Amino acid sequence: MQKKRVVLNYPPHIVEQPVISKLVKDFDLTVNILRAHVTPREEGRLVLEITGKRQTLEAGINYLRELGIEVQPLAQDVRWYEDRCTHCTACISICPPKALDVNRKTMEVFFKREKCIACGLCIPVCPYHAMEILF
Amino acid sequence: MSKTIEEINEKIRQGKALVLTAEEIIDYVAEKGVKKATQEVDVVTTGTFGPMCSSGAYFNIGHTKPRIKLGGGKAYLNDVPVYVGLAAVDFFLGAAALPEDDPRNKIYPGKFSYGGAYVIEELVAGKDVRLTATAYGTDCYPRKTLETYISLKDMNEAVLFNIRNAYQNYNVAVNLSDRVIYTYMGVLQPRMGNATYCSAGQLSPLLNDPYYKTIGIGTRIFLGGGIGYIVGNGTQHNPDVKRTDEGVPKMPAGTLAVKGDLKMMSPRWLRGTSFTGYGVTLTVGIGVPIPILNEEILRYTLVKDEEIWTQVVDYSEAYPQFIPGSLGEVNYHQLKSGKIIIQGKEVPTSGLSSYVRAKEIAQILKGWIEAGKFFLTKPVELLPSVDSGVVFKPLKERPIRKK
Repeated sequence: MQKKRVVLNYPPHIVEQPVISKLVKDFDLTVNILRAHVTPREEGRLVLEITGKRQTLEAGINYLRELGIEVQPLAQDVRWYEDRCTHCTACISICPPKALDVNRKTMEVFFKREKCIACGLCIPVCPYHAMEILF
Repeated sequence: MSKTIEEINEKIRQGKALVLTAEEIIDYVAEKGVKKATQEVDVVTTGTFGPMCSSGAYFNIGHTKPRIKLGGGKAYLNDVPVYVGLAAVDFFLGAAALPEDDPRNKIYPGKFSYGGAYVIEELVAGKDVRLTATAYGTDCYPRKTLETYISLKDMNEAVLFNIRNAYQNYNVAVNLSDRVIYTYMGVLQPRMGNATYCSAGQLSPLLNDPYYKTIGIGTRIFLGGGIGYIVGNGTQHNPDVKRTDEGVPKMPAGTLAVKGDLKMMSPRWLRGTSFTGYGVTLTVGIGVPIPILNEEILRYTLVKDEEIWTQVVDYSEAYPQFIPGSLGEVNYHQLKSGKIIIQGKEVPTSGLSSYVRAKEIAQILKGWIEAGKFFLTKPVELLPSVDSGVVFKPLKERPIRKK
């Protein structure tokens, strides 16, 4: 089994089609919607965690791409600017999946992007603009 | 066994001074004992890097041709207003000042992405900022408008002058209400969803000299990456608070007023800072050296995170309404572990002051002293201590009667 966190960008003509249910029924994938922003007839942006067998997972993602949906890994869209971070730890207590965490021995903050769910809670909490989400 | 500042400086000159950080001294004494350590150790360096709102800088920009008198007029650096109630070309920029067109909290919570502290950071980074000004014009200062780029090197004086920094201990903030609140202690989640604290704990300058027995007016310090001086107690200095048996305040107590040449400082140690829904502030790096004059002074520097206690305060009701009281007492060892227990509830914690950077400051200061580049000073006067009678009063309002 494999797990992928991806961001889908829907062009306007696909926004009103049932795409996710196809992923579930035809490709036997488990889909967890982490975040969704859909404007009818304009565009859609979905953050998904997809779990399934490697082959079906790839087939599912190919299906999305063939439809004209842009698929990219979530990690690309979330940025931790380490040079701006002062390691104050303000973000640590609000990050639900603990993607932002601290080494208690050194008190250094680190960002594990594979754990990030792009919830955006860290953005207003960081006093140094060290976190950015590009959507 | 006691030493004088002069003797310590002589050892620094000879490159023989033993300097340890406030963290290193703990293990050193555990191994060597207090007596031996007092003989051997000359200086303990401290450090703190946290948001300190009552900071700012004054400037003299040099006279224009023809001359302009900014005093009584209006002036801005990158659209941030500066205080011009002074002579012709002097002004003061406060860290918390905001551009006049910033929406503040009209769109709640406001972002406060730019302000005085950011101007200070940019200037220190060597960048050009826009100076715009209007004046009323006089016979001796006829000019009425001014628009120019300016950088730190163009100015005569550029002096960081912070009237309240380096708080000796601080509250832990929580939110008892059922909505998110936006405070100077950060974003606080409802029903005690998190707790924030702001102190370098065992590395913090005033927690290593709790009765101010070595720190006072004229103490030379690390300030913003350069060299600065303590110019007195900071505003709201409040020495006479509840303390532990070892003298460590259990709530916010002493404060420092500091100054230093901005031209020698670095943007790594002076950072513009935004608190969502609250405002702009300056994160300042400060390091104070403590001369180990005798056993008593050494003992104070041994303070550990688990011996520094502070009060948990509700920022949804108690703080804004100025209702005294504490929800409980916790220490910095607990706070740094990531969770504390308040009234039976486990609450995750976040710091606002960087321990990593505090440690770095203590190390840098140690390096300066070891290299013979930084000498200690004997204060002209110590800060007011517990017996000084200094109290921190609330404002007693006297309503103005309409005639």
